Parts: sequence; C-alpha cells; structure tokens
Amino acid sequence: MSDYNFAYLDEQTKRMIRRAILKALAIPGYQVPFASREMPMPYGWGTGGVQLTAACLVPDDRLKVIDQGADDTTNAVSIRAFFQRTAGVAVTTATTQATVIQTRHRIPETPLTDGQILIYQVPIPEPLRFLEPRETETRRMHALEEYGLMHVKLYEDIARHGQIATSYAYPVKVEGRYVMDPSPIPKFDNPKLSDNPAIQLFGAGREQRIYALPPWTQVVSLDFDDHPFVASKADHACDLCGARDSYLDEVVTDDVGSRMFVCSDTDHCTTRRDAGHTGRLAEVAA
Amino acid sequence: MTPLLSVRDLERRYGPRIGCTGVSFDLWPGEVLGIVGESGSGKSTLLSCLAGQQRPDAGTVTYDGRDVLAMAESDRRRLARTEWAHVHQHARDGLRMGVSAGANVGERLMATGHRHYGDIRAAALDWLGRVEIAGDRIDDRPSSFSGGMQQRLQIARNLVTGPRLVFMDEPTGGLDVSVQARLLDLLRGLVRDMGLSVIIVTHDLAVVRLLADRLMVMTGGRVVEQGLTDQVLDDPQHAYTQLLVSSVLQV
Repeated sequence: MSDYNFAYLDEQTKRMIRRAILKALAIPGYQVPFASREMPMPYGWGTGGVQLTAACLVPDDRLKVIDQGADDTTNAVSIRAFFQRTAGVAVTTATTQATVIQTRHRIPETPLTDGQILIYQVPIPEPLRFLEPRETETRRMHALEEYGLMHVKLYEDIARHGQIATSYAYPVKVEGRYVMDPSPIPKFDNPKLSDNPAIQLFGAGREQRIYALPPWTQVVSLDFDDHPFVASKADHACDLCGARDSYLDEVVTDDVGSRMFVCSDTDHCTTRRDAGHTGRLAEVAA
Repeated sequence: MTPLLSVRDLERRYGPRIGCTGVSFDLWPGEVLGIVGESGSGKSTLLSCLAGQQRPDAGTVTYDGRDVLAMAESDRRRLARTEWAHVHQHARDGLRMGVSAGANVGERLMATGHRHYGDIRAAALDWLGRVEIAGDRIDDRPSSFSGGMQQRLQIARNLVTGPRLVFMDEPTGGLDVSVQARLLDLLRGLVRDMGLSVIIVTHDLAVVRLLADRLMVMTGGRVVEQGLTDQVLDDPQHAYTQLLVSSVLQV
C-alpha cells in the first residue's frame, strides 16, 4: 500500500463524484456537470473514467480495464497499474470475474451481469457538439427535447454515402427522452447498451460531465424509417478463435496486402481459444 | 374575422435609450405588412421582439388568441419552427452553412418529427424547385451558392413546413437589383399561393411597394404613420414620410 488515500482521490472529491453519479442515475442520459480534478495523467487518457472508477471502488472490488476491447494495451495496463498501486484492489482480465470494468471504446462481448459496473471513458459527451457549437444552445435543446438536428446529421450521411455512415459514437435516445453520445463505441455495441443488467457510467474528465444508464434502461439508436439502424461489423470470422459474432479488428500483417481479422475483445478471444475453438490462422499465430 | 397577430403598446428600451415604443397594430390573415424607416429607427428591434428573440419591456403580443410573451419557451419555440418563419437579412444567419442544401430544407421537417428519409428528400427537392434552385444542387453546401441562391434557399427552408406567419428582415439586402427583382417576384408568388401573413422590415421603398398591402413608417422608435401602401407612398402626411419618399433616387 502507498501513502495515497484509497483510490488516489480524497474522500470529499469522491463524495462529490458520487453525488453526481446518483443524479446521473436518477436522470438517465442527462449530462451532470461535476468538478473534474486534475489527474496524474493527461486528458484523453481517460481522466473522466478514472475518476468514476476511483469513486466507485471499494477494497473488495475486482477491477478490469480494457482499451478498444484489449486488456494488454498501454492505456489499459497503465490505468490497471494505477489502481493496483493506489487502491490495492484485485485485478482481472476475465469479464465474468470483474465487479468494476473501466472501458475505452468497447463493451465486452461477454454479457454483463447484475452487480457489475461498466465505466466508459468519454472524450466528447455532447452529441450535438459538431452540429451546434454553442453549449448554451445545446443545453437548451436538451432541456426542450429539440433533437431534429441529430437527424440532420444522419440525413447528411445518407445523402453523401447512400447509407448512415456513422459507425462509432452513434447517437442514441435514452428512455424516450435524452439523446446521448454513447462514447466512441462501435455501433455494433449499441444494442448492448439497452436493457443491460449492469450499471453503465460515462465520465468525461476534460468536459466535466458525468452521465449514466441505470440497469435495464431502454436505449434506442436513432434512425430513419426507410434507413433503419444496423449494428455492423467486418464480414469475417475471427482468424484466431473463429468467432463470427464478435467485433473484429483488422490487422495488416505484412507489406504485400496480407491481413487478419481478430476479436477486439481479447478476453473473449482467449476464453474461446482455451475452450478449443480455432480460426483460420490459429496455428500460424501459435 | 380575428387578427392573426395583435400587438399593443409594445416597448423595448436599451437602458435609457428607446428601441421602440408605443407600437400597436393588427395583422390579418393573408396580409403583408411593411415596416419602413431609416437605420436605427427601431424596425429591427420591433421585429425581433415580435419573433420572440428579444423580450419587450412592456406591451402585449397576441398570436391567434394566445399571449406570446406569457407562453412557455418550449411552446414558443415549437411555434417558431412550425407556424412561424423568420427570413434573416444575411442568409448565413438563417442557414446551416456546414450541411447540404437538402438538409437545410429538411431540418424543419425533421424537427417536427418526420422520420422518413425518402419523404424528406422529396419535399426538399420540391421546395428547391419552387425557389428555382436546380435539383442537382441538393447535396451541395450553401457556401457554394451565390448570394441570391442562399437567400432563396433560406426562404425554401422556412416555408417547407407551411407556416402561417413569416417575419422577413431586409430579405433583399445585399443583392443586386436584377437578383432582387427575381427574388421579389418569387416572394410575391409564394405569398399569394400560400396565403401567408408577412411582416417585412426594409428600408427599400420599392420592396414594400411591390409586396406590402399595408405600411408602417417608423422613426426614432415610434410609428409615425400607417395606412395602405399606395396611400402612404403617394400621399405621405408626416414630415418624415415625406422626406423618406422624396429621398428615393429616380433613375
């Protein structure tokens, strides 16, 4: 154990964040302002998510941190080490074992369960930001439920590309009220937001906003009647574990055009391979 | 018949200065009311008070039997995007420059709950045709349009939901005379066809001569003369109106 207070932040800060979390849970999809602190890492590394995690952790929690689905990337490793050092909590890479999961840009493939908390790192919490630059105006639009502008963006997509080309940070409507930016998760993950038994918390450190989805919240992806929402993914099977239903990363493997598709969720892929599933390139990789 | 818009003793002050004061009038369905006056006469202040962008300090505004000033903001904004329209002097203020012409026209439809892409696009195409913009420009951004086209696009965007009351602030400002003439011709046609009630603010007497049924002359924040357009322009009574009419350059 170190000389830091449990989970780095002081108790008063954690209380302040917990109050914001409670408010966010009470009004699903509403962005609650909070007094974001300077964290010992740069903005963009997940300072919002880290503060939420710090406020949620208790000593007997088991923490999992993923970055784009992977447990072994810089961002995930650093944040996991940070909480091991400052909170001394147990860590894991298994989705089923974790009680708190901090994530950047993915929802784990393994369905979450009652009692788990999923914490998202959010770069830009305001879904209307690039359509209406004035923050005063976007807040008024949220208050008055004026969301026609969100469809203007989708209209532009179809007019330009023949289909809704937005593939990540796909806007959703929460419980028929607030339009929310689900952080830059691929739209493949959007259906998992809805009716999820876990608590989902979203933290934007630089923008100083917290929002949340309580368990079993209805979340609908916006679309047009004649261009319905499609949760798309690369049309391949995982080359390591053979999964056809998981979200895939495309990896270029040499300079003559060879490539492989692998599960972006490393825990999901490893679990499947341990259970004996193999993909096209499983033996080459081994 | 009851007036569509009824204004009584409207006053707006900027500190000790008068923006406009003591303005009362009725606007009837299908009527075009022109407001003329020099720069600083309070005509734009009056228009923005009527359109709900500024809050007047005194007076009442009644639209279709409802008190506009007492209305909740959500109701007023709903009114502003369904039954009202606002054509700005600078098309840039009224358009979204970052999205295509089709999306600009479709925005009001989407804001009022239309969720069928094909229908929205068809309506946008129809309206671009009505304001004489070629259909193949539908996916171009307004920034690639000429000033006259931008102004026509702004008009299409405002009229797509079939409003009853249109506020126009110098719709022909900054356009050259031949483009102005075509725009006025177009406006006159649309106003007649759709039976719109219009309040048009301008300093250009030719514009009101062509469009307006009735005229209000403002100076120093006060209405000094009102009456039928031809009557006011041909037989001005107030000294300021006489000055205004005689100041028009004859070619």
